[in-house]
Amino acid sequence: MFKVRVIPCLDVKDGRVVKGVKFVDLRDAGDPVEAAIAYDAAGADELTFLDITASHENRETIFDVVQRTAEACFMPLTVGGGVRTVEDIRKLLTSGADKVSINTAAVNRRAFVKEAAEKFGDQCIVVAIDAKKVSKPGEPDRWDIFTHGGRNPTGLNAVDYAREVVALGAGEILLTSMDRDGTKSGFDIALTRAVSDAVPVPVVASGGVGNLDHMVAGIRDGHASAVLAASIFHFGEYTVRQAKQHMAKAGLPMRLDP
Amino acid sequence: MSVAIVDYGSGNLHSAAKAFERASRESESDQPIVVTRDPDAVRRADRVVLPGVGAFADCRRGLDAVPGMVEALEEAVRKQGRPFLGICVGMQLMAERGREYQVTEGLGWIKGEVDRIAPRDPALKIPHMGWNTLDARKPHKLLDGIALGPEGLHAYFVHSYNLNVADRSDLLAEAEYGGPVTAMVARDSMAGTQFHPEKSQKLGLALIANFLKWKP
Repeated sequence: MFKVRVIPCLDVKDGRVVKGVKFVDLRDAGDPVEAAIAYDAAGADELTFLDITASHENRETIFDVVQRTAEACFMPLTVGGGVRTVEDIRKLLTSGADKVSINTAAVNRRAFVKEAAEKFGDQCIVVAIDAKKVSKPGEPDRWDIFTHGGRNPTGLNAVDYAREVVALGAGEILLTSMDRDGTKSGFDIALTRAVSDAVPVPVVASGGVGNLDHMVAGIRDGHASAVLAASIFHFGEYTVRQAKQHMAKAGLPMRLDP
Repeated sequence: MSVAIVDYGSGNLHSAAKAFERASRESESDQPIVVTRDPDAVRRADRVVLPGVGAFADCRRGLDAVPGMVEALEEAVRKQGRPFLGICVGMQLMAERGREYQVTEGLGWIKGEVDRIAPRDPALKIPHMGWNTLDARKPHKLLDGIALGPEGLHAYFVHSYNLNVADRSDLLAEAEYGGPVTAMVARDSMAGTQFHPEKSQKLGLALIANFLKWKP
């Protein structure tokens, strides 16, 4: 039976995990590879690295991180952050990433999604969408795309944009609610459902997970195929296995391999 | 003894090589794993692995672009009967033809065609992306000791196209995704997995270890 995915996400800067991973005794809590191994052992269904390295000269650090992770973890790995060119994608995939997530570069130039999908196959091209609600109370729901961590409005409608990038070859959508990100108040379910129901490809819900019921709601009510979370795992509030057991109890199909 | 992983510019060779190295070490078969685009190395190898990620036609072009590679595969696998494992599009290439974007000839080792997955439930997402259990359709050394069925271990899939086998006796395992999806094929000394053993944690490493000691 096909299963729902739980995906921990690690922010990586200059080759180091931002704030570190605290849920197990790691020799080096800031080493992304050690964190990846720990999540692999905890039953994560995939892992996502978001590279937030700002300086150009340190951009190479992510390739080393991906390569060392792929040597140690035999699980699917998605890498996003700063992906601008076909060459960036090629380097990440040959380093060992299975999927690459494109964000701002797709907003700026939609044809990039098509070029990437034709070159590498749509199964490995994820388009990351950061959306914020822009409709006023009483109006029909509307979410727009924002870039640069939610600072820059683009005026693009999130649901229309999702349809567009999927038509161009995106094989998955990583959907983050900028309203909910970091709030621990749960996913924006209406947004998640609007996008999930609009596209034929899997949608990963992100932004706002504060407890395990939120993860259930993302799948059951938001119609997402997978849920992504960061802090609730990193700080040991819940283990990945606890999350999956909780979701299984709520009736969702989960992979609970020993 | 050596295992050749064919490098034809497609896909994630690094992960595949690392998973084979790990399985070789852990199963103490200690076979050197060679990633190669040299047809002679493929001819000399005791086992051959054809990975593949991307579109069928693009992979076929990549394979044809390595001079002598298709001939070397034919010789090692079909004539000499060396154990062969195709992974993902590497498995699909074993078919007679693929229908992704255009009609492309496959290697023709397994009768059948590769066509878009058509789940009965139109709400099911394509690609079939994620973890699924396997239902064996016949016994096989590659599946030795691996828990299968609805309560068994999971394999990681990511694909939009499916190998529809013409001869059901070539079918080794299926997965359920709004109807049966071909998960593994096997015939003579050849086998193929639609899923990615190199990304399938426990099940994947066990299957690779089985492949490394398989004597068809």
